[in-house]
Amino acid sequence: MNSPLLSIENVSKKFGAVVALENVSLHVGAGEFFALLGPSGCGKTTLMRCIAGFESPDSGTIALNGVDLSGVPPFRRPVNMMFQSYALFPHFDVFENIAFGLRRKGETKDAIDARVNELLAMIQLSNYGRRRIEELSGGQKQRVALARALAPRPKMLLLDEPLGALDRKLREETQFQLKEIQRLTQTSFVIVTHDQDEALALADRIAVMRAGRVEQVAGPMEIYDRPATRFVAGFVGETNFIEGRLERNLARNPGAALITEFGRIPCDPGDIAEGAQATLSVRPERIGVAREGEGIVGIVENFVFRGETTLLRVRVAENVVLRAAAGHGERHAIGEAVRLSFPSNAGALHAEEPLG
Amino acid sequence: MSAAGAWARGAALSIGFVFLYAPIVILTVMSFNASRLVSVWGGFSTKWYVALLENEQLLHSAKISLAAALVSATIATLLGLFAAIALARFGGFRTRMLFFGALHAPLVLPEVVLGLALLSCFVALGVGRGFVTLVIGHVTLTMCFTTVAILAALRDFDRTLEEAAMDLGATPPEAFVRVALPQIAPAIVTAYLLAFTLSLDDLVIASFATGPGATTLPMRIYSQVRLGVSPQINAVSTLLLALVAVALGLAAAVSWWRAGRNSSVKIATPAPDEAS
Repeated sequence: MNSPLLSIENVSKKFGAVVALENVSLHVGAGEFFALLGPSGCGKTTLMRCIAGFESPDSGTIALNGVDLSGVPPFRRPVNMMFQSYALFPHFDVFENIAFGLRRKGETKDAIDARVNELLAMIQLSNYGRRRIEELSGGQKQRVALARALAPRPKMLLLDEPLGALDRKLREETQFQLKEIQRLTQTSFVIVTHDQDEALALADRIAVMRAGRVEQVAGPMEIYDRPATRFVAGFVGETNFIEGRLERNLARNPGAALITEFGRIPCDPGDIAEGAQATLSVRPERIGVAREGEGIVGIVENFVFRGETTLLRVRVAENVVLRAAAGHGERHAIGEAVRLSFPSNAGALHAEEPLG
Repeated sequence: MSAAGAWARGAALSIGFVFLYAPIVILTVMSFNASRLVSVWGGFSTKWYVALLENEQLLHSAKISLAAALVSATIATLLGLFAAIALARFGGFRTRMLFFGALHAPLVLPEVVLGLALLSCFVALGVGRGFVTLVIGHVTLTMCFTTVAILAALRDFDRTLEEAAMDLGATPPEAFVRVALPQIAPAIVTAYLLAFTLSLDDLVIASFATGPGATTLPMRIYSQVRLGVSPQINAVSTLLLALVAVALGLAAAVSWWRAGRNSSVKIATPAPDEAS
């Protein structure tokens, strides 16, 4: 990655006694599709509003192309935002909505016409220029809002829950459109979302946030396979948390394992000390399910057919139930005994104590 | 519901309407009475309206009233807009509650007291009373109403629209004028018409605030009625009534048009879309 387009350094922001952002540092590259992911109240929207200029950080700097943005009002920032509510101007038609930013820049009539028509074609609403906003469906409004934000050719586009107001089926279609538009326009997109599927599907890199802090910044695969914290593991995707004590026995193969009440689970010890309490996060589909052979013995309590896989709930100890995904075509009955096997790289080990 | 119940409800409604509107209907009918006597129907005639056109005094007062209503409604609407912006947008400034209370006080202040206060003020400052003081008095009276009407609209207005405008390069004043103002325009029109009607039919404030040469129509009517009800007064009152009805009708039409425009969102069939 060349020098970052957007660099956020040690940004903190408080609203009264509420800490919205705490020492957040992030870098977004040119042309990157970046996601800020987290539950509501984690500070992701505040961070986006700081980038757009609607809020100013209490400390820290936000710089675009190396230029410090502090004190620059929203209307002078080369950053545009697509609002969650779309915020389309109801008294203008579609054309004038998209042209709004261009008119403020004082572009010529011909240039505006050309640009707006180009964008209308891109969002597949070519004949809708003279439509009024309230005559559009939700999906069309969403696309007009996107075109309006893109019209002045911003260096970076901020999208606040862009698919939040759409129904499920439309959302999936729109994900592809959004990705395609991002690829075509070569603009950096920063998307704010609470929907982990959306972040995983769209973004090149994801920052997972919790309570004003960034927990992990990584690509979707790494976030999913190697969550840095227990929170990330729990928030993104389905997972099993297995608690135990770490044993670094280098003589045995595999080298390290988590000693639990129901057995010994091989794992990658990372930098956790010998004998320390730790939590292993393992995705259901990484657990091998077999009728016999090596592994931890459990009883199938329940199962849910998911199409490609069947999710089993397997009781391995009196108060421990693990979720494991059996492959397509494998059938298991309730009450059946199964053996669960854990490849040593199946999970991510976290030293922190479980919450609550 | 039984027939008797339906009959009772109909009767209650009729009595209510008679109570409210009988005096106005009688006034209007009598303005077309050819006879001079209120108690005698002398046939239909528009002669009192014709006579009205020759009554210089009454016409002059009508002009004063209209001019005062136009000017004071304009000023009150502008001041009300500014006050509403201050209340809705400037956050919790220190004297906000005091400002809010002070603006709304004339709503509940007895008009006589307000009128007397204005009179004392003009006298103390040595301001000669006339058209200007009349307008000042009416602005004082009507500004609280315009503020309330505009403030309500401004509070309902979605500020993210203005943020979107600023995000797209509009300065804050530009964003307000281009985005917020068109959205609250119906409320501003309503506020203007309200102020206009209030000023047009005000008697109490005008009696205190105005001076010789600037006698308003309500004042003229009132002083003439003391000498006996003339059919000409009935005629001018009917015209006044019609003017107020037109103003109120306009205000209703504006809000109806606005509501219709908003509800058409739900009625409008979504165009073929999402096929892509």
